[in-house]
Amino acid sequence: MIEWGPIILSLKLAGITTLLLLVIAIPLSYWLSYTKSFTKPVIETLVSMPLVLPPTVLGFYLLIAFSPANAFGEFLNESFNVQLVFSFEGLIIASLIYSLPFMVHPIQSGLNSIPASYSEASFVMGKSRTTTLFKVLLPNIRSSLLTGIVLTFAHTIGEFGVVLMIGGNIPDKTRVASIAIYDEVESLNYSTANVYSLILFSITFIILLTVYITNGRYMKRIWK
Amino acid sequence: MIILKFKKVLDAIDGKMELDVSLNISENSLITIFGESGAGKTSILRMISGLMVPDHGYIEVNGKTWLDTSRGINLKTQNRRIGYVFQDYALFPNMTVKENLWYALEHRQDPVIITQLLDIIELESLKNRKSGTLSGGQKQRVSLARALVGQPDILLLDEPLSALDEGIRSKLQDYILRVHEKYNLTTILVSHDLPEIFKLSDQIFLLNKGKIERSGTPSEVFLSNKISGKYRFTGSIIEKSKNDVVYVIGVLVGNNLIKVIATEDEGNSLNIGDKVMVVSKAFNPLILKLNN
Repeated sequence: MIEWGPIILSLKLAGITTLLLLVIAIPLSYWLSYTKSFTKPVIETLVSMPLVLPPTVLGFYLLIAFSPANAFGEFLNESFNVQLVFSFEGLIIASLIYSLPFMVHPIQSGLNSIPASYSEASFVMGKSRTTTLFKVLLPNIRSSLLTGIVLTFAHTIGEFGVVLMIGGNIPDKTRVASIAIYDEVESLNYSTANVYSLILFSITFIILLTVYITNGRYMKRIWK
Repeated sequence: MIILKFKKVLDAIDGKMELDVSLNISENSLITIFGESGAGKTSILRMISGLMVPDHGYIEVNGKTWLDTSRGINLKTQNRRIGYVFQDYALFPNMTVKENLWYALEHRQDPVIITQLLDIIELESLKNRKSGTLSGGQKQRVSLARALVGQPDILLLDEPLSALDEGIRSKLQDYILRVHEKYNLTTILVSHDLPEIFKLSDQIFLLNKGKIERSGTPSEVFLSNKISGKYRFTGSIIEKSKNDVVYVIGVLVGNNLIKVIATEDEGNSLNIGDKVMVVSKAFNPLILKLNN
């Protein structure tokens, strides 16, 4: 029998990351989709960096930054008694950064696809930017939101390099399923690794399948 | 009285163009801004609504200053009392017709206006339909109704009928006239359809490359010599042929082709595609009622 701890930890990490990213990405994507600020290309590049950067690079810098031996880590440790290295909280922060583009890109392209006249019509009717965003824009990009949520969730479950760098392999704390598989293979427990792998495979397959089915149906309903 | 003064350098198709206009519009009138595409018509509507800020500008609506760039006054779009019918209607697809109207309702405003508008613009049977399922003409009506929910001081119509065919267009013109009168609106219409302008407008401003070239009643602007015709129609020339010493000009008025004889001089000055007015004053036309 396998231990369920790593699977549960993976799901918990993915769930929390997705929820927090949704809250962060909606205002960020909205800002990116309408701003004409000269900082926009810089912010867009930073958001997209995790797509191309090896996870180990990100993990390495986070490890340095969070380390109590350095200023930022020391500040967190002394002021808030928070230690981010080799902790679940640290994993969440790393996942937030690492999965950011997977949430921001679909929402931003969804917002860009909405005609400017929708927002303008809403402003003319006396509605604020926030009301417009929540009542008009977001309800019309439901499929983009769903895509963002699912990609983020699935991507966080599949995270390996960053987790290994800053989380290590502490049972029930930072030992997520992808790490557990690597660990079992190293100890030559192929059958346990196989069970973990199958579970991850099934979870991600079912999630993605559900998205494609519901998005298809959703699109049909819109265009009918 | 509405006073508008705008100056702004715009990016036009052939380089930069300076928009420099000054309009005085009397209350409760329906005026049209007419001009080629790219003349700056839509920009004027956007500046009135605050969606675009002019380099220099002044807007005064019934004694209240909305914009005065020299004094740093610029009322937010949300605080200007505007009804705007966009060229693409801008209905929200996630809402039904009725929800679109409800959305436009102001905080604590009496919702009776919605029932009233659904009735006047005959939308009662469509009220529970999602806006994506409506035809162009229906969308246009919903968009008009929605623009009126907030009881605006000024109604802006940006070529609202250009995408519709003739029959629906004429019916919608009637709706526009009806609400314009019922709600004592001051309406600013952007259009380049002459029959529509003659039917709807009290006053017209002819805009050319960012400047007002002429203004006045439609007849004053479009007819160089004043004719007291017994009847007159506007249309466009679709054919022209020479027959001995005269020309036969085919003018399309609505869906009817009318053939008119023109002298050689007149014929030479008219080309296919020209907008013209057909006037008759020599005989008394018969009038026949059509049974619907």
